[in-house]
Amino acid sequence: MDEEIRTEEFILNIGPQHPSTHGVTRLVTRLSGETVLEIEPVIGYLHRGLEKIGENKTYEKFLPLTDRMDYISSMTNNHAYVLAVEELLGIEVPARAEYLRVTLSELQRIANHLMFIAAFGADLGAWTIMMYGFREREMVLDLMSMLTGQRLLYNFMRVGGLKEDVPLGWVSKVREFLKALPEKLEDYKAYFYNNEIFLDRVEGVGILKAKDAINMGVTGPNLRAAGVAYDVRKDDPYSYYDRFDFDVITEKEGDTFSRFNVRFNEIYESLKIVKQGIEALPEGEVIAKVPRIIKPPAGEAYSRVEAPKGELAFYIVSDGKTDKPYRVKVRGPSFCNLSSFPYYAVGDIIPDVIANFASIDIVLGEVDR
Amino acid sequence: MTENKQELTHEVLEELKSEFGDKIVEAEVKRKTRLRIKINGENVFDIADYLKNKLDFDHLSSIASVDYPETFEVVYHIWSYPRKILIQVNALVDKESARIKSLTPLWKSADWHEREVYDMMGIIFEGHPNLKRIFLPEDFKGYPLRKDFKIGPKPWYKED
Repeated sequence: MDEEIRTEEFILNIGPQHPSTHGVTRLVTRLSGETVLEIEPVIGYLHRGLEKIGENKTYEKFLPLTDRMDYISSMTNNHAYVLAVEELLGIEVPARAEYLRVTLSELQRIANHLMFIAAFGADLGAWTIMMYGFREREMVLDLMSMLTGQRLLYNFMRVGGLKEDVPLGWVSKVREFLKALPEKLEDYKAYFYNNEIFLDRVEGVGILKAKDAINMGVTGPNLRAAGVAYDVRKDDPYSYYDRFDFDVITEKEGDTFSRFNVRFNEIYESLKIVKQGIEALPEGEVIAKVPRIIKPPAGEAYSRVEAPKGELAFYIVSDGKTDKPYRVKVRGPSFCNLSSFPYYAVGDIIPDVIANFASIDIVLGEVDR
Repeated sequence: MTENKQELTHEVLEELKSEFGDKIVEAEVKRKTRLRIKINGENVFDIADYLKNKLDFDHLSSIASVDYPETFEVVYHIWSYPRKILIQVNALVDKESARIKSLTPLWKSADWHEREVYDMMGIIFEGHPNLKRIFLPEDFKGYPLRKDFKIGPKPWYKED
């Protein structure tokens, strides 16, 4: 028998309904054996046309919809949107509101990164850590629901400030949280850094070099993992971030492990900022005097924030005639980070692609909008 | 420091003006790290190339599009990591032809941004390797972000 064994390329659809896609996306992978030759992400399953809806709603009414983009971290979405409208209106926000905004954004970042760690663990088969991550994230969500009445979709920021002041006892709850979380994170360290299986799965997988990352428009922890110390909070400060003392976490390798490391260590930086935020919290109003009907003069505004997943920006055009935006455009970090994924996932085997995909931390509500 | 920054932003603007002259229709420094220029669509590639390779504007942050009554505008936001300045380039695009050059040879990130603009606004990017709809299904009719797009009742919804 000298019959030749025939081989052929194989197309595998990962998703749209698959736990490791973190929502509904589809990765069309072309395989040779188990090696990936090509990946094409197919998106749009969650497309709700939020940008068009934005043109047909008043400025205030669009705010709850921003929650529904990156639904893991809605507070930063609120923040980016109100910053853009405030830029159009030229409103000064009271100091108390600014401090609270920074504090809330950082609490949100902690929640997001804990969620990331949980989901990352689950994708690698580490189910214990998934429970850990969700458990600790709930501590943040408790703080948020004490404040806003909601676990996930807060709709708490307003043009010119915040919806209302923090309730009695909230600040001391935050202090308790600041004390409790670092102890819990010690368990995480033991779980991850002493775990040979985990390290084998993530070290050296999906390497993204700094030069490519910049060219592909990658931002946030993924970019910092490649060694670029870029953080909107430092480089183009908004709100009161220039008054806070914190470090920008970077790594060198740009692999899946670095991306995990950056996020894990950012939790500590966020804790630092939250601590400073509640210590320095001044007395006063939490919302500026804003006209009842928001009708900004004609112009354009582009506001950027460092969302937990990267650079989030709103581009708003006002024609000056109506109380509705002429155009709302969202630059979501997940959208750009996902668009870069095919370039550095090619050549890996399927289990590495899953680990790699989990490490870029996307949320499909924001990719599809 | 802030004074210094403002000067740097002006410097970039002066350099652009001396290189491209009246190809830049409008220019202003919006605030200390924000620069805005308006250009005609046919010059976009040359100016973007110059921005990227000569002036270190290396991060194409986003591509938006706006439908004005007389013209389309494609709006590029480009950030410079070394200079820490954001430039906003408004490129005017003719409504009849709705064509502009693709920036994909310069930035890989332009790929999806341009597909999104094509999908939503129907502007064609010449030289894009894979220009097809990104969010909406392939057989979708019309471009939803154009102002003349009618939001009507759902075609599949019938009242009894």
